Amino acid sequence: MAAPRMAYDGVVATAPVTIPYRRYSTNSAHWWIGRAVRAVLQLAELKPADIDGLSVSSFTIGPDTAVGLTQHLGLSPRWLDHVPLGGASGFVGLRRAARAVQCGDAEFVVCVAGDTNHVDSFRRTLSTFSRFAQDAVYPYGSGGPNAGFALITRNYMKRYGATREDFGKICVAQRENALKFPYALMKKPLTLEDYLNARAISDPVHLFDCVMPCAGAEAFLVCREDRARSLGLKATRILATIERHNAFPDDPIQIRGGWAMDASELYAMAGIKASEVDFLETYDDYPVICMMQMEDLGFCAKGEGPDFVRANSFTTDGSFPHNTSGGQLSVGQAGAAGGYLGLVEAVRQLSGAALGAPVAGARIGLVAGFGMITYDRGLSSGAAVLARMDG
Amino acid sequence: MTEPLVRPKRKNPLKKTREPLLPQAARSRTALGLTAAAAEGRFQLQICADCAAVIYPPRDACPRCLSPRIPFKDARNDGVLLAETTIRASTDVYFRERVPWRIGVVQLDSGPTVVAHLHGGVREGERVKLEFKLDKSGQAVAVALPPTEALNMEADLQWRELTCDPKYRRVLVTDGRGPVGQAMARAMSDAEASIVFVGVADPWKPFPGEAALGKIPRVEIVPLDVTDTTSIEDIAGEIGPRVDILINTAEHVRAGGVIERKSLAVAREEMEIRYFGLTRLAQSFGAILRARGADGVNSAAAFVNLLSIYALANWPAYGAFSATEAACLSAAQSIRTELREGGIKVVNVFSGPLDTEWYQTVPPPRVTPVALASAVLNALRRGLEDVFVGDVAEDIRARLSVNPKAVERELGS
Repeated sequence: MAAPRMAYDGVVATAPVTIPYRRYSTNSAHWWIGRAVRAVLQLAELKPADIDGLSVSSFTIGPDTAVGLTQHLGLSPRWLDHVPLGGASGFVGLRRAARAVQCGDAEFVVCVAGDTNHVDSFRRTLSTFSRFAQDAVYPYGSGGPNAGFALITRNYMKRYGATREDFGKICVAQRENALKFPYALMKKPLTLEDYLNARAISDPVHLFDCVMPCAGAEAFLVCREDRARSLGLKATRILATIERHNAFPDDPIQIRGGWAMDASELYAMAGIKASEVDFLETYDDYPVICMMQMEDLGFCAKGEGPDFVRANSFTTDGSFPHNTSGGQLSVGQAGAAGGYLGLVEAVRQLSGAALGAPVAGARIGLVAGFGMITYDRGLSSGAAVLARMDG
Repeated sequence: MTEPLVRPKRKNPLKKTREPLLPQAARSRTALGLTAAAAEGRFQLQICADCAAVIYPPRDACPRCLSPRIPFKDARNDGVLLAETTIRASTDVYFRERVPWRIGVVQLDSGPTVVAHLHGGVREGERVKLEFKLDKSGQAVAVALPPTEALNMEADLQWRELTCDPKYRRVLVTDGRGPVGQAMARAMSDAEASIVFVGVADPWKPFPGEAALGKIPRVEIVPLDVTDTTSIEDIAGEIGPRVDILINTAEHVRAGGVIERKSLAVAREEMEIRYFGLTRLAQSFGAILRARGADGVNSAAAFVNLLSIYALANWPAYGAFSATEAACLSAAQSIRTELREGGIKVVNVFSGPLDTEWYQTVPPPRVTPVALASAVLNALRRGLEDVFVGDVAEDIRARLSVNPKAVERELGS
């Protein structure tokens, strides 16, 4: 039997930052990341020299890695991490940073994800995304993950009876949340009718099932709780985290993610039950993945996602607040920052700093991430349970 | 069932010819194992030598036991189509103008799941067989087919994109004076090529089979002498934009080694017909073939070289001839790369000694001109790139893959 997980006692996430997204940017990833780091410093009233830890996630920072960024930004950290895990980046960045702070390897770790989106750079990123994508996916025509997720969605619909209306309900609710979130790229209301009538991209995936690639950055600071208090920062406790890679490799088509392997450990470590979660931020590259997360994280059983969606409303004032800033489907997918979006939003929600509509009385938030579709499925999953810091 | 192919209309010369685009060609070095097998029409996957796991996508370690011993081997190709999608929008420039395009995920009975192009005859949830074919970029891609041959299967447009079927295409057979060219013309006509141009040098000189050749439906005799640059340029100027498949049947077979020949006269003649003939054809027809690689249902599709298997390993009894064939093979490899940007396949057809007068003293097995023509047709229909015709060619091919030095010694004994 594995040793029990040590809690992240005394460690918090704070200074949540979103640099407003843009559809296209002529600036580099370095520019976006630099702005996000600067915004964290300003929020926390720290100087660059105070930053002794840095965790970076970016698809478009090449040829640099995190270390090149230290010189670019004039930082001299004693702890450095590069987390190239796409939609799982935030969780992996957070949990590693939390341990580093807890063990004294670093005092202030800035976790940052940022990507640019030049005209045509997205297409080129896709074609060289991974060796398996290059060898076994890209030559088949979708020019990106749409067709792969269409196959996953199609299979899920057939197997569990989900309908386009179910997916539409998730997307429509997120748009409603996004209309109150100032940084969302999607500013127009979305009706279920709009959703259903949108043009097909790769059956059964239609336009509003897909995220819009864009440029942007997200960041937060990890430090000790007492340091956050002395800096006067509102912060969020880290109750539990999980990550998992290449879970269930024998499933012929993805019907579940690594959460299904690790959710019970997540709740045990956090000392809570799923029913105690006040809001959920899922990774929403496609709505079918949101539904899988609701199942795999224990809000309903496998295959009951469609019923769960039919039984709940997902706006910030609904029965099950979900993707409270609008998620990537409405805010935009700024590359690796997509793996931070829900986490940063949760830290804001739990520290009374929501930019959009707050979830009333929220004390516990669950955030999940998913990333790296190198062949036919997302390989990386992560999740974190965060809690409001009292007093 | 697939709808039959509709005979394409005459092209409007005022309309812009669609320029060829290619699907992504980049592959890992390991993945080129699929390309090597697909070029010969074999279905191979990596199979772990230690635990027998069947592996896809190509890897450098077995995902079951981490063994590095995972060679490509002939594999079973049957499975089930688990899910399909029709792509209607793509960021990829090649597919953008070919949507809607169906792909799916196939679970092979041997284990792995494979993202594959779908033939129109396959249905979700049903059995399929998988093949690897060379796409327009020349790289291997998986395609799921109905498990049994069905009516008009070859008419499927996604399938036609991966093959060079002569049906409704215009074919040029460069030399119709001999039995090989005549058999080729008949095979292409039988395969419903819309025109079969057959080149004849010195048409005023009668030749055996002339009358029968003229009676083959849709055959059009054209003056063409592969040793004469002007003759080739003239005919290319006239019919070049209407040639979709070029098959070079010009041959020159003489026995004898390099020393034995005593002078350069025969060698020069050999090179003139074979190597320089090939060069002239490539120079006169190559650019227009390449420009027409995406020109609709009857786009330009293939450049076929008939080569001797002794291009790969010299047979001293026909030593000087073998050397010329090797020169042609080397040129064909260059032409293959040069035509790739148009998505044109260069098909190299290696045969053993033919059943013709110039191999009169060679014992059987020999390849009849009809068998050679039918192998070429099969290669075009299946989209192959390297073809070995007859027992001798297959035998040498197999021995070369084991021990090329042994082949050299044995061919010389």
